Amino acid sequence: MTRRLRSGRKGRRLMLIALAGVALGTAAALLLFALGDRITYAPTPTELVAGHHEPGVRIRLGGLVEAGSVERGADGLVTFAVTDMNARVPVRYVGILPDLFREGQGVVAEGVLQPDGRLAADTVLARHDENYMPKEVVDSLKASGRWQETAGSANAQ
Amino acid sequence: MLNEIGHYALVLALGVSLVQALVPLAGLRLGDLRLMAVGSSAAVAAFLLVALAFAALTVAYVRSDFSVLNVFENSHSAKPLIYKISGVWGNHEGSVLLWILILTLFGLLVATLGRNIAASLRAATVAVQGVIATAFLLFILVTSNPFARIVPPPFDGQDLNPLLQDIGLAIHPPLLYLGYVGFSIVFAFAVAALIEGRIDAAWARWVRPWTLLSWIFLTLGIAMGSYWAYYELGWGGWWFWDPVENASFMPWLAGTALLHSAAVMEKRDALKVWTVLLALITFSLSLLGTFLVRSGVLTSVHAFASDPTRGLFILGILAFFIGGSFLLFALRAGSLKAGGAFAPISREGALVLNNVFLTTACVTVLVGTLYPLVLETVTGQKISVGPPFFNMTFIPLMVPLFVAVPFGTLFAWKRGDMAAAAQRLMAGAALALVAGAVSAWLAGRETGLTAALGFTLGTWLVLGAFAEVLYRTASASSLKVRLRRLAGLPRATWGSALGHLGLGLTVLGIVSLAVFETETIADMGPGDTVSIAGYELRLDRASEVVGPNYRDAVAHFSVTRNGRPVTQMAPARRYYPVREMPTTEAAIKTFGLTQLYVTLGEAHEGKVVVRLFHKPLVLLIWIGALVAALGGTLSLCDRRLRIGLPAPARRASSAARGQPASQGEGA
Repeated sequence: MTRRLRSGRKGRRLMLIALAGVALGTAAALLLFALGDRITYAPTPTELVAGHHEPGVRIRLGGLVEAGSVERGADGLVTFAVTDMNARVPVRYVGILPDLFREGQGVVAEGVLQPDGRLAADTVLARHDENYMPKEVVDSLKASGRWQETAGSANAQ
Repeated sequence: MLNEIGHYALVLALGVSLVQALVPLAGLRLGDLRLMAVGSSAAVAAFLLVALAFAALTVAYVRSDFSVLNVFENSHSAKPLIYKISGVWGNHEGSVLLWILILTLFGLLVATLGRNIAASLRAATVAVQGVIATAFLLFILVTSNPFARIVPPPFDGQDLNPLLQDIGLAIHPPLLYLGYVGFSIVFAFAVAALIEGRIDAAWARWVRPWTLLSWIFLTLGIAMGSYWAYYELGWGGWWFWDPVENASFMPWLAGTALLHSAAVMEKRDALKVWTVLLALITFSLSLLGTFLVRSGVLTSVHAFASDPTRGLFILGILAFFIGGSFLLFALRAGSLKAGGAFAPISREGALVLNNVFLTTACVTVLVGTLYPLVLETVTGQKISVGPPFFNMTFIPLMVPLFVAVPFGTLFAWKRGDMAAAAQRLMAGAALALVAGAVSAWLAGRETGLTAALGFTLGTWLVLGAFAEVLYRTASASSLKVRLRRLAGLPRATWGSALGHLGLGLTVLGIVSLAVFETETIADMGPGDTVSIAGYELRLDRASEVVGPNYRDAVAHFSVTRNGRPVTQMAPARRYYPVREMPTTEAAIKTFGLTQLYVTLGEAHEGKVVVRLFHKPLVLLIWIGALVAALGGTLSLCDRRLRIGLPAPARRASSAARGQPASQGEGA
């Protein structure tokens, strides 16, 4: 160790570079793996129904809660459909719905896509005040041509 | 009238900040001490003017002056007084004003406390602070005027977002901003050093306490925000890897690294260039956070409004400061001299390891936060990145770091003894492994591996935190002598111990929640019972409670354990008529460090959906942060670090003593 200390600046720099290289290399590998495997896709209902996504991937789906589609089962089970007024995706969720969850209103459901095309949601978000519309919902409605500025006026303050 | 005075004060503050930015620089150029001194007076004036503007807005809120647009949009006459005051920064314009108030406060502190640093260095620092203040005052005046009027004035206001009507709003943003903005001092200091082209001992002594101060506030601000989200949102989660949370977490990671590298620089005169770079990075990340939150590119509770001109303006500020400072770094870093040598196994080596892992982890968080934005801009594909991504990338980088922490605190400066450190940590390691094994056995097959790893690491950190103080008093002959020696250790040593203890406690809390949390959901009518983790909850009755600006629908539960009554719980669904908005009011009962958490869903057909969580040791998550912040405060009180205290005598004497191992202190 005495010898290494004496070899001084060059040795220390090599050690630093090696350490930083190992850490950055590990991080890069983890990032590449996670970006391929652990991201959540955010398609519109139309895109999801068109079938570009494999069952088992995580989906973050924005749209409106289809009017008349909400059904409540026992112990917090809720099924509803998310629509962009063009295509509809059935969603199943167990839990407490957000405070501003309403039929005909914007919603974001996140969960795992099932083989039968349903979404098993583990998170359901609604807008969090009366003049805010989630961005995903706006995007979905704009993509299907059903967006009306007056209906949402997303964050127009 | 007062409103217009407030607006006028802001305009004046802009002018004064320009003076603060330009005149000292001119003085520096011409070597004129009187011109340099102008900056300090300007900094004092800028603070007073911004404080006046802030007071004017606060008065408008307290008096419910709805002729002010900002008050109309975010307040209501029936709102309780505390929320009228905290509501000042519960909106875009007001929060930017708070940001600037704190920025000018720090400018004032530098100008008045920095008497012991060289006049030229202080002038440059004050000038850089002036440039930052100028940019943000321009921003608020051009795009976010909090004093805009509305004609004719409405009869009453639109009320504050109910989620923000909480004591959390009074505490979380000021603490967070004190942390965020505090790093501007370190940034200004680093830029000043680059302008000057040299770093002396006084520079090193300054950076450490200011970094520490900002770090303490940022730690508390993040912890407070986390606890607030935990009890207010009603989801029972404490961290969501939400981009807005990441925006505050990145400067924290970089700031923690800076804290440790500043220790090396102060003690050993090494890592100078790196410390300067880290100071630039830390504040750049604070600015990036401000951009992400204030520009509206993200949607979250924090994003109050999305006006594209605001986003562009902040992006411009961001580009100017990050680009400018990094350019300056590229041009001038070569002129800074490299410091003393050290072996890989040494206190310095351990702190370098800390820095490498913290900054790498910071990079992964940065990638995860920005990747969706970049991907959407470039390809149009929409993705989001959440907990699975960050658990995969962030946690593996923390594991080796946590293993190394107790070793690092035992190494001497310059050259450490691995075998000796390992020997001293043997008992701790054995206990940590036992803790891991026991918890794995308790957790069962599914989460056993997480439990084993997490509890081993957490216990290792907690026990390892005491290794340094115990080792340094090990030669004491009796318990009495030892206690006296323990009390006599430098406060910074205790600060470092508490900082690492806090980290360990937080890790234990996180792992305990991840492994042992239980959750259940039930439809309940009056008289129904549900059980969770040995507790029985019976829904007794429902009632209505009317508050000042809301109504509560409350469900009353009685909690029993083994047939014996324990407590009552009353979660509610709260409705704010002005905003037509319901919120969930969770009922939380604490048993030691463990909490029972109950929220209500919607009622239908005479039943209500009830969600219950049993959260073992959850409080450790935030207690850990508090302990770490307390450690930081102890360090800050260390005689040797006190802000503004000239300390050449100490320098000389410690050099004479040849930096013995017992001088050591982490951060």
